[in-house]
Amino acid sequence: MMYLKSAYEIRDKYLRKDMLPTIFCPGCGIGSVLQFTLRAIDDLGLNQDEIVWVSGIGCSSRVPGFVNFDGLHTTHGRALAFATGIKLTNPNLKIIAFMGDGDTAAIGGNHFIHAIRRNLDVTVILINNFTYGMTGGQVAPTTLKGLRGTTAPYGQFENPFDIAGLAVAAGANYVARWTVFNYLQGINSIKKALSKEGFTLVEFLSPCPVSFGRRNRMKTAPELIRWYQKITVPLAKAKKMPPEELEGKIVIGEFVDRDRPGLVREYQEYIKRAKRMMGWEQ
Amino acid sequence: MIIRGDEPEQIKLLRKLYKPGNYFMQGNEAVAYGALFAGCRFYAGYPITPSSEIAETMARELPKLGGYYLQMEDEIGSIAAMIGASWTGFKVMTATAGPGFSLMQENLGYAVMTETPLVLVDVQRSGPSTGQATKGAQGDFFQARWGTHGDHPIVAVSPTSGQDAFWEIIRAFNIAERLRTPVVFLFDGILAHTRELVKIPDVDEVKITYRKLPQNEEEAKLPFGDPHGDGVPPMPLFGHGYFTHVTGSTHKENGLRDVYTPEVHDRLVRRIHRKIEQNRHVYEKYEEHFTDDAEILVVSWGVTARPALGAVLKARREGIKVGLFVPKTVHPFPGERMRELGKRVRAVLVPEMNLGQMILEVQRFVNDDVLLKGVNKIGGVPLTVEEILREIRGVA
Ligand SMILES: Cc1ncc(C[n+]2csc(CCOP(=O)(O)OP(=O)(O)O)c2C)c(N)n1
Ligand code: SF4
Ligand SMILES: [Mg+2]
Repeated sequence: MMYLKSAYEIRDKYLRKDMLPTIFCPGCGIGSVLQFTLRAIDDLGLNQDEIVWVSGIGCSSRVPGFVNFDGLHTTHGRALAFATGIKLTNPNLKIIAFMGDGDTAAIGGNHFIHAIRRNLDVTVILINNFTYGMTGGQVAPTTLKGLRGTTAPYGQFENPFDIAGLAVAAGANYVARWTVFNYLQGINSIKKALSKEGFTLVEFLSPCPVSFGRRNRMKTAPELIRWYQKITVPLAKAKKMPPEELEGKIVIGEFVDRDRPGLVREYQEYIKRAKRMMGWEQ
Repeated sequence: MIIRGDEPEQIKLLRKLYKPGNYFMQGNEAVAYGALFAGCRFYAGYPITPSSEIAETMARELPKLGGYYLQMEDEIGSIAAMIGASWTGFKVMTATAGPGFSLMQENLGYAVMTETPLVLVDVQRSGPSTGQATKGAQGDFFQARWGTHGDHPIVAVSPTSGQDAFWEIIRAFNIAERLRTPVVFLFDGILAHTRELVKIPDVDEVKITYRKLPQNEEEAKLPFGDPHGDGVPPMPLFGHGYFTHVTGSTHKENGLRDVYTPEVHDRLVRRIHRKIEQNRHVYEKYEEHFTDDAEILVVSWGVTARPALGAVLKARREGIKVGLFVPKTVHPFPGERMRELGKRVRAVLVPEMNLGQMILEVQRFVNDDVLLKGVNKIGGVPLTVEEILREIRGVA
């Protein structure tokens, strides 16, 4: 029922009309993920006035400019550090960080793991298109071995990061990964992520036909989606597979769902402890 | 939600915690206490000598005031977190030294472009690179001015003692808030670690300012406009339902990105410059000693202004007509006053702990027929009264 609202209704309520059309190329997955996120917000009945969207630089990071919310479009890779100051000083605000894979795992890698370590109360929506889309298709820290980018024209020779895996290891409260094809799971995951305390991340494998697909014999979004279907394995199935078979595959599903106290709560406890230690409070 | 330094509850706390009176304290502590009096309730930083005592004092004191202290993963993150907190309405500060100041340049530019008030303390130490980590210097004069890329204005304040630092950091916050701009506080490793007399005043003696907030929906919808003609737009804060969009990319008065229209960029960047230029009265400050009849002028700043004053006093006793000019706001440089003074003297000496930085600003405002000479020392040891006096005698 809940997802049957027309796209027009969602668009009119949440998008800045004067900023349309978006910059996204035909077949780009970012618009889909944006729609999932808006539907999740709508479905949860969250207050538009109490959400701040933050981002860095990249195609994915342009999203806050298109939505009717407070937004901070910052510097490449730094969104989560900016978010830390917003969230801590105004805990009423819910923070959504819309990030690219390069933004998150390359230039912003340090902010990313430390925001998770602190368990910053934020929901990261990660657009993993295996490339630097905005700058024209250079390889990213997520580019799978052998795939091509303008800066690895003979195929990537470095190992890729598994960003969701990194987030689990660093201590995030909720981590899931889907492809843009997993419409329902994606929205459900975002809803869950938005409802939780602490650091939550939903990663989407998202087609970038223009900067990435084109250079890897997948010129269109449907080709990229078919490729996702080939390389992804649902978590339950992956658990039963021998490691050799998982080589080169990407596992999708919900990787962790736990309830460690978030940064806001920890800091509030810290202030209370300080006051107790000062002898001001029992 | 915002913790303001001028709330009755906070004033009561300040009085209870920091009794007025004379204290023997480090320059770094004076900066921290000054910031607390100024209303700073959010600090994010990364430890670095010789600035760490500012972080340590803030870490100890801010929780008592209900404020926030965060040790970030690096200086890039520190200034980013500050900017985030500034957009919820907090007065924010960080302190660092050269290597960290270098890392902060990226987001310092972001703060200029997004007109985010903040105070960035750079406790200058001997560089380049790690240099002499524990030693003071004045080598970041132009890094403060031009460290971040692109055309941009900047305000930088530099104190000359611990006591001065207490009041000047308050002034730095007031400027940042009045003009909705980042302010750099150019301190140095020597003053930072010198313990001397600092008088803590009663809270009532401290006048603090807060940024303009939008008075109506219309103002709130133009967070980068100029509704009052003073170049300073009111700042809508996050969480008030205005759907404020903030970006370091070129934006229109309503905050929305437009990087393709040349006029939009021109209008924005020129207004940000005009905001600083036309509000000189908000930040311009300098000190003068014996400039009325001076034939020789010493121009100095920060830590070096002290031995410079000592040398001028001694030279005066020897009958040399020498005066001292000390810019306290070093950027924008008080050029008009420099020009007037420069017309009346035949020699200008510029002592500083670098190989000649402020002297280049001085040079822009004095005529070629005036003898202009730097008195420069590096290596982490301050200039002495004798060293400066010798130079004064040399041109007398
Ligand atoms: C400090 C800095 N370095 C480099 C750039 C140039 N740059 C802009 S976007 C980008 C990569 C974007 O890739 P990603 O984060 O994956 O986002 P996407 O465009 O793919 O969504 C780069 C390198 C920049 N803006 N800032
Ligand atoms: S370059 Fe790629 S990621 Fe960027 S808008 Fe185009 S398709 Fe989307
Ligand atoms: Mg990408």
